[in-house]
Amino acid sequence: MLELFAAALIALGTAFFIAGTVGLLRFPDIYCRLHALTKADGLGLALIALGVALLAGSAGEVFRIALVWFFVAVASATCGHLIARYARQSAGVGDD
Amino acid sequence: MTDPLVIFDLLLALAIVALAVAALSVRDLFAMIVLFVIFGLLSALAWVRLSAPDVALAEAAIGTGVTGALLLKTLHHLRFVSGTLGQQAALGVTPVTPVPVGVTLANAAFCGLITLGLAVAFLGAPAAGPGFDALVAEAMPLSGVDHPVTGVLLNFRAYDTLMEVVVLLAAVIAVWQIERGLSDAPAPAMGEVWQGFGRLALPAIVVVGTYLLWVGAEAPGGAFQGGAVLAAVGLLLLLTRAYVPQPGHRGIARGAFVLGTAAFALVALLVAGGGRVAFEYPLEHAKTLILLIEGLVTISIAVTLAALFHGREPVALTKGGRDDA
Repeated sequence: MLELFAAALIALGTAFFIAGTVGLLRFPDIYCRLHALTKADGLGLALIALGVALLAGSAGEVFRIALVWFFVAVASATCGHLIARYARQSAGVGDD
Repeated sequence: MTDPLVIFDLLLALAIVALAVAALSVRDLFAMIVLFVIFGLLSALAWVRLSAPDVALAEAAIGTGVTGALLLKTLHHLRFVSGTLGQQAALGVTPVTPVPVGVTLANAAFCGLITLGLAVAFLGAPAAGPGFDALVAEAMPLSGVDHPVTGVLLNFRAYDTLMEVVVLLAAVIAVWQIERGLSDAPAPAMGEVWQGFGRLALPAIVVVGTYLLWVGAEAPGGAFQGGAVLAAVGLLLLLTRAYVPQPGHRGIARGAFVLGTAAFALVALLVAGGGRVAFEYPLEHAKTLILLIEGLVTISIAVTLAALFHGREPVALTKGGRDDA
């Protein structure tokens, strides 16, 4: 039962990743693409981490998965911000 | 019924080859670097599938992380030199002077020879032989550590590892000699969010790097992986401009560069002086000596990789419009 639930979470997370990738490929400009990618991948990552954590054998493993989730989430959010910031600056918009 | 993971492995292998082809054929330098980084990540995954987590960690940390950062820094420098910095459209830089056909041919011949040599070595190796597993397992009690890979790298084949550390030392010496005359591209300002991320990530990287070094005695990890992760601390400090290299710091940097090699060689010499073969550690001190070497080598690797990222020796006089205010 628990394994089934975990598999469902991981499958749902994968679906979000696929949706994010479709958005990346189909959306017209860099901001729309970032919007699709950062949101969908953030949720997909959380779902997959949750699913994997359910299957983890020990509290230590759950803790490590939580750490991985936290730092990947923070890093990808920062990356998204940096890419958008760079795009704005090189397009001549904004003055920061 | 075949193992479903076989399909995954085949897709992975195909993706790695496809990424290699794509990285070589794409004309945009930035896309090339991105493809190379993805290639490295998938290679690390392939190493995991081959049950070699140590190699996977090294590939992910050094082959992908640090090398990717070095390549991006080089691209930044190239764009600064060619005057296309800050132009979004100028990401694809074609070489100003075309590469001579002779150089291309020589490169191709050299790579072909290496591939041929690898193929011969692969075909010449006993197909399903026992390998060295049994030998290593048998000798493990003599190594002083519990993880076979660390036992092989730091004890049984310590000479090879010493040479790898020397290669890194030679690289940083060469960079400090060659880049002397080049002017620095200004580091990009990356904003407050990046600064905040740096403050959050920095302590975590220190913990992870030290953990990788420490855990190397009994599980996958070790000096090279830990050193590469700790080098990320240097990269973060440089990129957030929390640390700006000063000419006065060169002495400390030089000391850190040679620390690992010197400690490694010194231990070998002292052991050899005691009437043993070099690297034949006395059993009761083996773990202490290995940890000492690994710890100092980790410091050297971290500082050297960070210095390679910074690129150029910090000099006192402005030779080419350097503004380090």
